[in-house]
Amino acid sequence: MSKKILIVDDEPNIVTALEYLLQRSGYEVLVARDGEAALKLVDQHLPNLVLLDVMISVKSGYEVCQRMRERADWQHIKIIMLSAKGREAEVSKGLSLGADLYVTKPFSNKELVAKIDELLAPASNSGGV
Amino acid sequence: MLQGWVIVLTSFAYLGLLFAIAYYADRRADAGRSVIASPYIYSLSLGVYATAWTFYGSVGRAAADGVGFLPIYIGPTLMIALWWVVMRKIIRISKRNRITSLADFIASRYGKSALLGGLVTVIALVGILPYISLQLKAVSNSFSIVLQYPQIIMPASDATLPLLQDTAFWVALILAAFTILFGTRNLDAAEHHQGMVAAIAFESVVKLFAFLAVGAYITYGIYNGFGDVFERAAAVPKLSAMMTPLEGVAGGYASWMWLTILSMMAIMFLPRQFQVAVIENVDEKHLNKAIWLFPLYMIAINVFVLPIAFGGVMHFPSGSVDADTFVLTLPMVEKQELLVLLVFIGGLSAATGMVIVETIALSTMICNDLLMPILLRLKWLKLNERRDLTGLLLGIRRGAIVLMLLLGYVYFRLAGEAYALVSIGLISFAAVAQFAPAVFGGIFWKGGTRRGALWGLLAGFAVWFYTLLLPAIARSGWLPISLLEVGPFGIGLLNPQQLFGLTRLDHITHAMIWSMLANVSAYVCGSLWGEQSVSEHRQASLFVDVFKQAGEGEGARFWRGTASVPDLYRLLARFVGPAAAVAAIDGYTQSKGPRDPGEALQADAEFVHYVEIQLAGAIGAASARVMVASVVKEEALTLDDVREILDEASQVVVYSHRLEQKSRELEAATAELRIANERLTELDRLKDDFISTVTHELRTPLTSIRAFSEILLDDPEIELSQRSKFLGIITKEAERLSRLINQVLDLAKIESGAAEWEVSSIDMKELIADTAAGMSQLFTEKRIRVEVDLPSRVPAVTADFDRIVQVLLNLLSNATKFCNRDDAQIRIGLSEQGAYLRVGVFDNGPGISEGDQAAIFDKFRQGGDTLTGKPQGTGLGLHISRHIVERFGGKIWVESRPGQGACFYFTLPIAARPDQAPVAGAA
Repeated sequence: MSKKILIVDDEPNIVTALEYLLQRSGYEVLVARDGEAALKLVDQHLPNLVLLDVMISVKSGYEVCQRMRERADWQHIKIIMLSAKGREAEVSKGLSLGADLYVTKPFSNKELVAKIDELLAPASNSGGV
Repeated sequence: MLQGWVIVLTSFAYLGLLFAIAYYADRRADAGRSVIASPYIYSLSLGVYATAWTFYGSVGRAAADGVGFLPIYIGPTLMIALWWVVMRKIIRISKRNRITSLADFIASRYGKSALLGGLVTVIALVGILPYISLQLKAVSNSFSIVLQYPQIIMPASDATLPLLQDTAFWVALILAAFTILFGTRNLDAAEHHQGMVAAIAFESVVKLFAFLAVGAYITYGIYNGFGDVFERAAAVPKLSAMMTPLEGVAGGYASWMWLTILSMMAIMFLPRQFQVAVIENVDEKHLNKAIWLFPLYMIAINVFVLPIAFGGVMHFPSGSVDADTFVLTLPMVEKQELLVLLVFIGGLSAATGMVIVETIALSTMICNDLLMPILLRLKWLKLNERRDLTGLLLGIRRGAIVLMLLLGYVYFRLAGEAYALVSIGLISFAAVAQFAPAVFGGIFWKGGTRRGALWGLLAGFAVWFYTLLLPAIARSGWLPISLLEVGPFGIGLLNPQQLFGLTRLDHITHAMIWSMLANVSAYVCGSLWGEQSVSEHRQASLFVDVFKQAGEGEGARFWRGTASVPDLYRLLARFVGPAAAVAAIDGYTQSKGPRDPGEALQADAEFVHYVEIQLAGAIGAASARVMVASVVKEEALTLDDVREILDEASQVVVYSHRLEQKSRELEAATAELRIANERLTELDRLKDDFISTVTHELRTPLTSIRAFSEILLDDPEIELSQRSKFLGIITKEAERLSRLINQVLDLAKIESGAAEWEVSSIDMKELIADTAAGMSQLFTEKRIRVEVDLPSRVPAVTADFDRIVQVLLNLLSNATKFCNRDDAQIRIGLSEQGAYLRVGVFDNGPGISEGDQAAIFDKFRQGGDTLTGKPQGTGLGLHISRHIVERFGGKIWVESRPGQGACFYFTLPIAARPDQAPVAGAA
């Protein structure tokens, strides 16, 4: 069964691009436009990875990340924060909240997919189970 | 056993002992080991305040008035508490200027005025004579009484007694001789009499001991202690009435107050007090101990006054024995020979102490301030040619001492019998109290002038003479007594003891009120009347500011001229003797270090001033001034010069004030800079935020462009439909990117004020119609129904046409984005609202929540619609629109309810005249 990735972003064009990229790489893709919807989808589908934009409405990306890390049964879910905000303080805030990776926009398609593959590879996943 | 010879011999033995003490102290002083350099000796010497008047008179007054004798001792006790302020200043001034007496002090303060010095001397002399005569009376009376031992017979008041049989006459002569021995054996430039001070301190011990001895004997020997005396006295109606304090004195509260004030003045200005407290003072710090020791002495010498007085009244109920003699007569009744002798010696000691110091002080005043200024002006005496004047000075002083005691005796014969001891003393107190305004004013008020001091002293003295001395003479029978009963020439208002109808006061209070009123008002008025002379101005600041000055050289700042050292030496030698002159000049040159030989004969200002001060010590300030002026060539200082010199000092003060002000200004500037810096930091932070936000906004379309470009590049086999979809997205995002950049630049231009505005008169109808027409194709594409509702005629507005189009376009494109997709509607309205034209753009979109309505006009804030996703836009359009509308004096706002569409309005002010363009009205 292919692995599930949740895309959380409110820019429709970016979502379109990511969706195309990830599907082509063989992942199952879910999309949420705001923080609350994202948490709901995580709860329902338990994705293997969340691509999380910081500047989203209702709940910010930071908050979503924090909530997810409070749940013991969600610890295995990888989180990549994806943001146009690339200042050092913002990056370290994201990482300190429990994100596995912080990627600034614009990103390179190849690099992003490679990092996702790496995070979801069986070797790195074994410790979590 | 107490034969005459025993008493005489004992008296002489006592005086001899005093002299021995004085001689010893002088020797010690010459050897440089002063015995009087002690605060205890200083305090005891102040005890010269207690004279025979205290020794005998207090009991006399207590027997008549109860505690009414106390104000005379309460006054000094109160005054001495202020000495740290007042007396320390007077002492400092006197040391600086080598003041030799009270007259010298006042004369020196008011421009070294010889006239003032002479006046003070005369007042002191006339005022003190009764006091001296009182001492003679006390000594001769006590001698006569003791001589009758064991019988108690009051001395006959026989004015016809032959001169040579009158004890008082002999007492006067003996005291004169003794005083000459004490005070005028040699001439001291510093006018110090260390031997005399030592003897006076010893006398203070003797009289206190004698008085305590007799008091203790009466209280504990005759009676059984204080309780017993007072208990028995309470049984005597006359005495029990006296035990209420304020009933004791005639005139009640007024008398108590004025007697207290009077004796406050006396402790300062009696010539003998000024002598021991100021002139003989060797160290200002002695005041510290004197301030509590002296009041202690006052208490000790008064402890037994009431028991003795009550005992006397109870022992001699008939009144045949004068209450002034109770101290003596009570032990006589008890046949206590030794105690009688001790009391006699105590009284003698009190009297001699007073006479010695008082006459020495007065003789200095007479010599320095009265006679020398006159003699030095009399050219025919050729005093200027005499090489050594010290003999003359001593001669004058000795003569003055003899003269004063003889005058005191004359007063005693003329008026002495008519008054009790206390009343005589108070007359003298009231006389010296006249010096108070001139002295206090002199040391605290620079404005006090010579004229004021002269007027005040003359007025006060005249009133004193008229209200106190004249009645004393009249009562003695030398003037018609009707003067006191109906007033002079029968004019009641001029009655010396009820002046201008002021009655019901005792005569001392009465005299004090009038004389002080006259004195103070004349002093103040005289001082305010007219300008000070140069020397007055200089002396005034030397006195009043004595604590601010650096040292003795201060006075030299006010002197300009030339003089030769030999001339000054000869001058000094004439008055203080060659040896003392050499010593003085050597002392000066040593303190200054070796002088340049070329300058050795030329005296500078400081040296001239030094010589003048030395000379002042011998002959007083006024005379010294005259003498120095005779040998130096002085350039007259104008008032401006003095002010200039004083200004130099005040310049320093001004500079330091300026420095303070500068540092305050710097502090203020620092604070401003800090605020400015904080503002800059804040602006910097805002700029950072702005850049961060702009970067974020730029990155978002860039992200899509890059992502799709890479997809297209990496995936050549992508479906055609998808390829064109992705390329469409890339194009749109690129457009968005360039729009964003344009708007950011536009906003920066507007916010920095660099934007150019082309202002013209605008017809809004035309503007709206044109803009709507330009967008009609877009409306058609999106199937939006557009309704334009314009009135037939509207007034013109003044603004930049293109900018207003920009605003309207922005509103319309927002409306296009948000309006309902199924049944899209946009309505444009225009109306006249008072002084404004209002444009409204309505859409039937989702509306804007109330909380967002104000925020959407801020930078990068967009109304969000979570259902439809983020609308395309930069978040800068409304913000820029607001800037534009406000630039022309209008407003922009939104009215909306969620779910019911939104209506954006903006207004612009109607131009005053359509053909003009009053931009100012819009700004």
